[in-house]
Amino acid sequence: MTRIRVIPVLLVNGTKLVKTIKFKNATYVGDPINAVKIFNDKEVDELILLDITATVENRKPNVDFISKITNECFMPLCYGGGIKNIDQIKTLLNMGIEKIALNTSAVENTNLITEAANLFGNQSIVVSIDVRKNIFGKYSIFTRSGKKNMKTDPVKFAKEMEDRGAGEIMLNSIDRDGTYLGYDLELIHKMTDSVNIPLIASGGARNVNNFVEAVKSGASAVSAGSMFVFHGKHRAVLINFPSQEELKSTLYQTKN
Amino acid sequence: MNSMIAIIDYGIGNLGSIYNMLKKNGSEAIITSSIEEISKAKKLILPGVGSFDYGMLKLRESGLIDLLNQKVVIGETPILGICLGMQLFTNRSEEGNSKGLGWIDAQTVKFNMQGDNSKLKIPHMGWNRIAIKKQSVLLNDMYEDARFYFVHSYYVQCNQQEDILTTTEYGFEFHSGLEKGNIAGVQFHPEKSHKFGLRFLKNFAESF
Repeated sequence: MTRIRVIPVLLVNGTKLVKTIKFKNATYVGDPINAVKIFNDKEVDELILLDITATVENRKPNVDFISKITNECFMPLCYGGGIKNIDQIKTLLNMGIEKIALNTSAVENTNLITEAANLFGNQSIVVSIDVRKNIFGKYSIFTRSGKKNMKTDPVKFAKEMEDRGAGEIMLNSIDRDGTYLGYDLELIHKMTDSVNIPLIASGGARNVNNFVEAVKSGASAVSAGSMFVFHGKHRAVLINFPSQEELKSTLYQTKN
Repeated sequence: MNSMIAIIDYGIGNLGSIYNMLKKNGSEAIITSSIEEISKAKKLILPGVGSFDYGMLKLRESGLIDLLNQKVVIGETPILGICLGMQLFTNRSEEGNSKGLGWIDAQTVKFNMQGDNSKLKIPHMGWNRIAIKKQSVLLNDMYEDARFYFVHSYYVQCNQQEDILTTTEYGFEFHSGLEKGNIAGVQFHPEKSHKFGLRFLKNFAESF
């Protein structure tokens, strides 16, 4: 049995917990601290907290808010959003955050990855890559909350990030975000064929079966947003998480 | 019996999650750097992340070392060191030149992975198991499938077998917990380890 990490992704817009569909229509879903408390009780392996508007609104990481979250978080936490430099990373790690996710700044300043990995260790640095597929089936990286097409091949970029010392790749499919259509298995497959560091699949999960598919396609860990914050057809807000028993009998039996 | 626990704030790391976990257990705790409050405390927790020398420097700057020696070594006040906090209990570290507190006959050494182990990443980061090496109230009713969260590049090497509380496998077996009389330390982060950490801190607060 392999314990595969199942990671809820909490999106915040400043300090409000939100959830998007295809990176748009951010719906307010409640108080992030309350969500963290519920995930504590569910014995979640890890949490990812992303401030999705920090970079586009030119805001720095909100240290007061993040520290409130860390205080309530009885599990390891990864934070991303608005991080531009080494000092900010240092401050966040000193606050007791385990991992730092870099997205826009990883693309705009690739040296930051090298420097951060050297200073803080590869394990602390997660490169988060937002990807969209065009009508011709070609993949490209988008930054600034999915707004800016970087016209960059995500697989090549992921490889470069690995070489620069990233410890993990978080691969987000913009097209599948919030859609419950399952992960982009094709891209997971392509990326894990050429990259050796762990890949966290993100975007599209509906159920545990999707987790199993992602792991079979090469993902080391799976993450989800909507699946863990909504319930039923009408997207009623209900923080939930599969039971340890369910994961043991399904996901943990999967080999990648 | 619950007693007042002082979580020692010497300017290193975020102590909120330790405090909140103790509170969740119903234990009475304060985060403090005050000599007066630490003097009165019935139990102590020394947390810490970062480098050994910086930790010792901050501890010296806080002016607490004499008080801690007095309370822990002479007064035998129960103390728990977490991560770097535990490493500071040792004589020295390969990470720097500062002398440690020297409360435990041990040294802090760097993971040196060779051969097949060279594939293992440093820091050792993630959930891992513990093997219990001696009976202790700290591990009372510990869950069978207990796992704890680790983040560290250095580990403690006890020179006295009887001080080893737990070991953990990461390429080889290292000492992940120690206990000697009123002094205990763990390399993992109970405050980041769900119900397993909650149980551990409860045992410290109520029985140690």
